[in-house]
Amino acid sequence: MFYREAGQFKSTYTADMAVFPILQDRIGIAVILLLAFVGVPLIGNDFFTTTVMIPFLVFSLAAIGLNILTGYTGLVSLGTAAFMGVGAYSCYKMTTWWPDMNIIVLILVSGLFSAAIGVFFGLPSLRIKGFYLAVATLAAQFFLQWAFVRVPWLFNYNASGAIEVPLRTVFGVPITGATASPETRYFVCLCLVVVLTWLASNIVHGRIGRSWMAVRDMDIAAELMGIKLLNAKLLAFAVSSFYCGVAGAMMIFLWYGGGEAADVFNIRLSFNVLFMVIIGGLGSLIGSFFGAMFIAGLPTILKFGLPAIGIPLAGATAEHITFMLVGALIIFFLIVEPHGLARLWQIAKQKLRTWPFPY
Amino acid sequence: MKTTTLMKGAAIGALLAAGALVAPAQAQDSIYVANNAYRTGPFAGSGTPIGDGMRDYMAMLNARDGGIGGVKIVFEECETGYDTKKSIECYEQAKSKNTVIYSPWSTGATLAAIPRAHIDKIPILSMAYGLSASADGNAFPWVFIPPLTYWDGASIMVRHMAAELGGMDKLKGKKLGLIHLDAPYGKEPIPVLEALAKKYGFELKLYPVAAADMQNQGSLWLSIRRDRPDYLYNQGWGAMNPTAVKEAIKNNFPIAKLVGVWWAGGDDDARAGGPEAKGYKSLNFNAAGANFPVIQDIIKHVVDKGGSLAPKEKVGENLYNRGVYNSMLVAEAIRNAQIVSGKKVVTGEDVRRGLETLNITEARLKELGMEGFANPVKIACGDHSGHNKAYVAEWDGTKWTKKGDWMEPLKDEVRPLIEAAAKDYAEKNTGWPKRAEACEKSS
Repeated sequence: MFYREAGQFKSTYTADMAVFPILQDRIGIAVILLLAFVGVPLIGNDFFTTTVMIPFLVFSLAAIGLNILTGYTGLVSLGTAAFMGVGAYSCYKMTTWWPDMNIIVLILVSGLFSAAIGVFFGLPSLRIKGFYLAVATLAAQFFLQWAFVRVPWLFNYNASGAIEVPLRTVFGVPITGATASPETRYFVCLCLVVVLTWLASNIVHGRIGRSWMAVRDMDIAAELMGIKLLNAKLLAFAVSSFYCGVAGAMMIFLWYGGGEAADVFNIRLSFNVLFMVIIGGLGSLIGSFFGAMFIAGLPTILKFGLPAIGIPLAGATAEHITFMLVGALIIFFLIVEPHGLARLWQIAKQKLRTWPFPY
Repeated sequence: MKTTTLMKGAAIGALLAAGALVAPAQAQDSIYVANNAYRTGPFAGSGTPIGDGMRDYMAMLNARDGGIGGVKIVFEECETGYDTKKSIECYEQAKSKNTVIYSPWSTGATLAAIPRAHIDKIPILSMAYGLSASADGNAFPWVFIPPLTYWDGASIMVRHMAAELGGMDKLKGKKLGLIHLDAPYGKEPIPVLEALAKKYGFELKLYPVAAADMQNQGSLWLSIRRDRPDYLYNQGWGAMNPTAVKEAIKNNFPIAKLVGVWWAGGDDDARAGGPEAKGYKSLNFNAAGANFPVIQDIIKHVVDKGGSLAPKEKVGENLYNRGVYNSMLVAEAIRNAQIVSGKKVVTGEDVRRGLETLNITEARLKELGMEGFANPVKIACGDHSGHNKAYVAEWDGTKWTKKGDWMEPLKDEVRPLIEAAAKDYAEKNTGWPKRAEACEKSS
């Protein structure tokens, strides 16, 4: 009744190929953006902003990064956390080299270091496929995590091996460091995620994205059509690692605010991001957001939300209940829709078009 | 399908709203104390008894004395699973509920909380863990690390070695091996041991254990057999400790020469070695056993009434008692804050002052029912650790016993290193504030 494209005619090819061809979708995205930019800072308190929204944004970006590689190009990677770590450590090194540089620029530039490392570890993908590639990317995870502990130069010879996030301001407003308010950090995260998602959407809908999907669907056929596998695969690794690296830098600088970073970028984080991509939906940008909310946001919301609405759960019990609930939900969603939450969202929209008179 | 989606959506939406509403709910006639614990995750084995001890002591104070100074304590445990991400969530929750003190209970959580403490006005109590440099109160007015730091612990190890050998001059030419977790926590004692090795002429050998190889130390013990160190100091954690004890027995290393840091002194760590583990040692700053009035009070007021999560036979184990010790420090800090500020319901700022002037004397310990349970603790304005004494405990096959006397750390060696490290920290964190908090007169 409300969600119907009847009467919306397209007179140009550009309009027909738009990412959001239906007016209601465009209104929807505008409402979401308005909520994110205005609603959350107005309604949410510090606790909600720092423990739910900022992690959600950071993981969304990481999931988009992995989705480019796994969902769009069909290359399974277990090195996501390591690439995020490269972003965090290179951002840290750069803040010590150039203390006066704009920190947001540094966060973005640290993605480039991650991209370079990603390309290097992506080289085996030209020969190895599927599960074997996943094992090969494990090498990246183990080697880089080893380097984060063993190369003291990376953490400026700190006695505790920790990254210390210094105070950095942009136009006089503290962005990183302990004095940065949660709202500011949230805004910076949000702007970065929105811009990078828009960029990713353009890449995957364009020539490059189509070549990636051709490689994913059948690489020999893609090669016969004239797609250079070397370029396509390594570009996927580069772009994917860039996104992961930026997410990693955001994680340490805008969310954690420093600490024992080597321990953060462990294999469990790699798996978590992979689960986000699988549950959210392979090859879908909106799925990355769904997956991040489900894996990173939902446990926190359950753990602190259930006691807050009056269900008496304390400490470890809340944690156990959360584990069970999230586990059950993962199984439920995978049975209902193996293609992920993104596909579920699409089905819901389809049903909504014919509502209230389905045929 | 659609109805299910809608229902799920509605449920998630409601929860989201609830998450946003985790609001400060502090009654005026109580003091809120947030406390991290890890009863899940890879280190749950050590975290559970510690958490039980902390919880039970506070419950006992509420039941026996009606709180502290007549004010009820609202003690809330937050589960971290020893995970930094979850610890940060717990910190945010503690902050939003106006906690008067924060016990992070992991090195990662401590490091993440230190930069925020002075802004949020929450004193951090990292009891003998965390950042050794934070013992410098002039640089870290909001962080406390009583009763001693890892660096003090390493120096006590050297003193213990010297005492057994018959004097500091006998250290020359000896070999001390350090088995350590290859992570920030494990590497903590290295600078102090290196400095002491240079000064006293003994040789330091390092045996790092990667976190992934905690239970697989075979190759490491081959090198220990080759090097034949005279003593071994174990800065280990979790599954690494029982493995080290077992490997020492398997490799015929004299078990009496293996000494663990206080976190390697769990009952289960030693028990894993079987009867041959008799003689294994660890540093300690609290006594094990239930024969103290304080533990008997806990049993009477909490455990027997079914208010404890711990089974009765576990009450009084080493790590349980360490949890009690931690809560005792929290309670004494609050009590002292009430005296210093003259208020009943104290705030984080008051508790910071209370911690800074904390002086738990022998007489006070007796009042607390802790005579022989712990040694006096004194914290000062510039010295946030106190560099208090510790002793060497020995496993007798079934329980931990006190072997040596209370020993003072080599404060003259450790203190300059701490001050240098604190200065370094402040320099690297541009914008690190100069201490603005005035020192109390009495300290």
